[in-house]
Amino acid sequence: MSTAAAHIEEDHGHHHKETFVTKYVFSQDHKMISKQYLITGLFMGIIGIAMSLLFRLQLAWPEQPFGVFEVLLGKWAPDGVMDPNVYLALVTIHGTIMVFFVLTAGLSGTFSNLLIPLQIGARDMASGLLNMISFWLFFLSSVIMVISLFVEAGPAAAGWTIYPPLSALPQAQPGSGTGMTLWLVSMAIFIASSLLGSLNYIVTVINLRTKGMSMTRLPLTIWAFFVTAIIGVVSFPVLLSAALLLIMDRSFGTSFFLSDIFIQGEVLHYQGGSPVLYEHLFWFLGHPEVYIVLLPALGITSEIIATNARKPIFGYRAMVASILAIAFLSTIVWGHHMFISGMNPFLGSVFTFTTLLIAIPSAVKAFNYITTLWKGNLQLNPAMLFSIGLVSTFITGGLTGIILGDSTLDINVHDTYFVVAHFHLVMGISALYGLFAGVYHWFPKMFGRMMNKNLGYVHFWVTAVCAYGVFFPMHFIGMAGLPRRYYTNTAFPYFDDLANINVLITVFALVAGAAQLVFLYNFIHSMFYGKEAVQNPWRSNTLEWTAPVEHFHGNWEGEIPHVHRWAYDYSKPGHDEDFVPQHIPLKKGEEELQH
Amino acid sequence: MNVLLIFSVLILIAIAIWQVTKIFELSQGKKVYTQVADDDDNNWNGKLMFGFLFFIYGITIFSFVMYGDVLLPKAASEHGSEYDNLMWISFAIIFFVQTITQALLHYFSYKYRGEKGKKALFYADNDRLEAIWTIIPVIVLAGLILYGLYTWTDIMTVEENDEALVVELYAQQFNWKARYAGEDGVLGDANVRFLQDFEGRNLVGIDATDPNGFDDVVVQELHLPVGREIIFKMRSQDVLHSAYMPFFRAQMNCVPGMITEFAFTPNITTEEMRQDSDIVAKVKKINKIRADKSKELIAEGDVALDPYEFDFLLLCNKICGASHYNMQMKIIVETPEEYAKWMAEQQTFAEVIQ
Repeated sequence: MSTAAAHIEEDHGHHHKETFVTKYVFSQDHKMISKQYLITGLFMGIIGIAMSLLFRLQLAWPEQPFGVFEVLLGKWAPDGVMDPNVYLALVTIHGTIMVFFVLTAGLSGTFSNLLIPLQIGARDMASGLLNMISFWLFFLSSVIMVISLFVEAGPAAAGWTIYPPLSALPQAQPGSGTGMTLWLVSMAIFIASSLLGSLNYIVTVINLRTKGMSMTRLPLTIWAFFVTAIIGVVSFPVLLSAALLLIMDRSFGTSFFLSDIFIQGEVLHYQGGSPVLYEHLFWFLGHPEVYIVLLPALGITSEIIATNARKPIFGYRAMVASILAIAFLSTIVWGHHMFISGMNPFLGSVFTFTTLLIAIPSAVKAFNYITTLWKGNLQLNPAMLFSIGLVSTFITGGLTGIILGDSTLDINVHDTYFVVAHFHLVMGISALYGLFAGVYHWFPKMFGRMMNKNLGYVHFWVTAVCAYGVFFPMHFIGMAGLPRRYYTNTAFPYFDDLANINVLITVFALVAGAAQLVFLYNFIHSMFYGKEAVQNPWRSNTLEWTAPVEHFHGNWEGEIPHVHRWAYDYSKPGHDEDFVPQHIPLKKGEEELQH
Repeated sequence: MNVLLIFSVLILIAIAIWQVTKIFELSQGKKVYTQVADDDDNNWNGKLMFGFLFFIYGITIFSFVMYGDVLLPKAASEHGSEYDNLMWISFAIIFFVQTITQALLHYFSYKYRGEKGKKALFYADNDRLEAIWTIIPVIVLAGLILYGLYTWTDIMTVEENDEALVVELYAQQFNWKARYAGEDGVLGDANVRFLQDFEGRNLVGIDATDPNGFDDVVVQELHLPVGREIIFKMRSQDVLHSAYMPFFRAQMNCVPGMITEFAFTPNITTEEMRQDSDIVAKVKKINKIRADKSKELIAEGDVALDPYEFDFLLLCNKICGASHYNMQMKIIVETPEEYAKWMAEQQTFAEVIQ
């Protein structure tokens, strides 16, 4: 390790001569790549959120003409009335973009890149080149996904899980033509990007920690990013294989997932494949993916809550252990998405058991956050509010997981709006809060300026109220028995009394969408005109705040700071300040906490 | 034109936000404005945090009061009451934990809001406390898992027997068909390859060389005798569908290329269900909504909506294409006599292909 560190130091001891292209476009500097991830992620987020508002309008006022449909959807909304195929396309692309492009690449890509080198005390990622390639593959996959929105028959529309045969047969629906092909190509590239990124994060954390930064002194953010990267490396290749097999079925006539099909008056030649196989492959990534999204958000929250509570994070060891436990369990629970897929019910029993086990480390995390707040001196910055908000939605959304993870109860709520409400709260909103918290907290590190706090407060409070306003009543629609991915429920008079709940939800959603404009304004405005940041605005312990405000390749002028303590010496007795950064040596006679 | 309008509104909003923040900053006077929370911020945000706790409680209570009546009525199948018990026990636990943890989280956020000069308690670990909140979830979850698995095994164990009625549910874009085994109690072999036989009259692809299939009956409306176990065999001819029968707490995917199974015993007839007080109230409410809407429609020169009458439903619950939202079949649960009478009126496969 020491030789590698020394080598890097030699490499980056001097400033590079940088041109515009190497500095802003094909940059190998992790800080620039992190900003590129964030801005691409936010751009995709705007598309994803805008789509959700469009289909919320349709759900609240079914088959009503809206001028905005005509403008944005053109021929897919004749006279402003949304076409059912477009509705399905919108929910599909909304899910895909939010899960992969915003909450995987936008969240983990941004903050893993920014924080791993800075918090472990490294000059850059282990491989700057791979890191750059990783971003540009992500960018390429984003471009392809956006292009797929403009193909003649429309983008993929088989749901973000793209189960075959619906996704495999162009005859099955218009969205299973070119749009689907582009979706698969885009995702294959995305996975390549994610794998390169993850390998880089893992190697960097293992090899490039500065002197004194033992694994037990790592900030929880780094633990979370590290473990997330490992889950990604373990599970993303399986999705890649599923995507490749699906491409084979679609284009080369193989029968991995298809059998005995009669469609559009024609018997197809496929024999012997099974869609259930696809479901296994998909969810082998699909479930860990939830934690790929969530763990970085929890890591960010751990750091922000400790810093702003001016208290050590409670139960550091338990927090690390629960991250590891969640990561391990996440790879053996995928079957809970398939209780009623036709797989053997005995398997359902096994997956119920493993699934409900995840509640234990999750509960430990929630309780530890709450205890960290206890007797703190809470600095309620916008980042802190979003972190507390995350704990709140994580609890509310997580608890209903007890129902969905129970194979018996899943029978009747599977694929209803109850599921939609559950996962939006526990991973959608929670991870978004993690993203926002991270942006507010590390904006000074990224851009050298502060975001406006008052706009941050407006953003948080409106979003917090609307998030519950949207997703709490949605549980009731699910418990009423309404399936998800219905273009409208007017085909069932039985569901007529759900109309006013849908209106309420849509109103909250529109207000929430408007609140994000406040964030966007704050983000862009602060980037150029925000108040200039001081080096350590939040009086934080971690190493990134020992680096100067201005960016240059290599992070620190001179030597990299050495680490002498863990990251959570806040309000430690015997010190004048209420924080003791990691690079400050122990005082004479001071004991390092045995954690 | 519309695009221009949207853009100009967005720009106006941006200018408005900019102005408001400018005014706010100027009104702060000479105070150093660092964009880091000060005591004032901590104070009002802390109070709002506490207020937010009551918002969460409020929206919970509001939803139950306002929307409690949209929840599914009592189960219409034998295992359904077991299902509902487990559901309400789980909900009781969830609400208990939700109420306590949200209270602690938001109360602490308010109570310990920051003040200049205050110092937080340096408190990093307590093994006993952590052991407690590891073990309590373990015990509660162990109970839930055991209860759940016991019920699961009970529901999912499907055993062929002479008493049970075998019904095939057949899914296709975008409708359902049902096939009864007929007098011999055995469904004839079937495959999508036979769908085009007999000029399309072979609706679910029965193999005409299998004698078991001749007395099979294919229908578009599902009739079930009350009090008798029904074993469903699900098939799909094109894409994935899911046979969702929420009133019976029953669901199973229909997968092309394989036969899936689910069994339940309906214990309330459609007629009895229509007399149920919850259903009567619900139907009344829905018909009022429909009557109001009909008035609007008539005013616009449209046709009025039909009044609604309660029926059990089979819905598709796996995304299957454009008309997924309207892929449904009526289920009629009736007395064994009514069922036998109805069945006698149906054509067998042999009659259909003659």
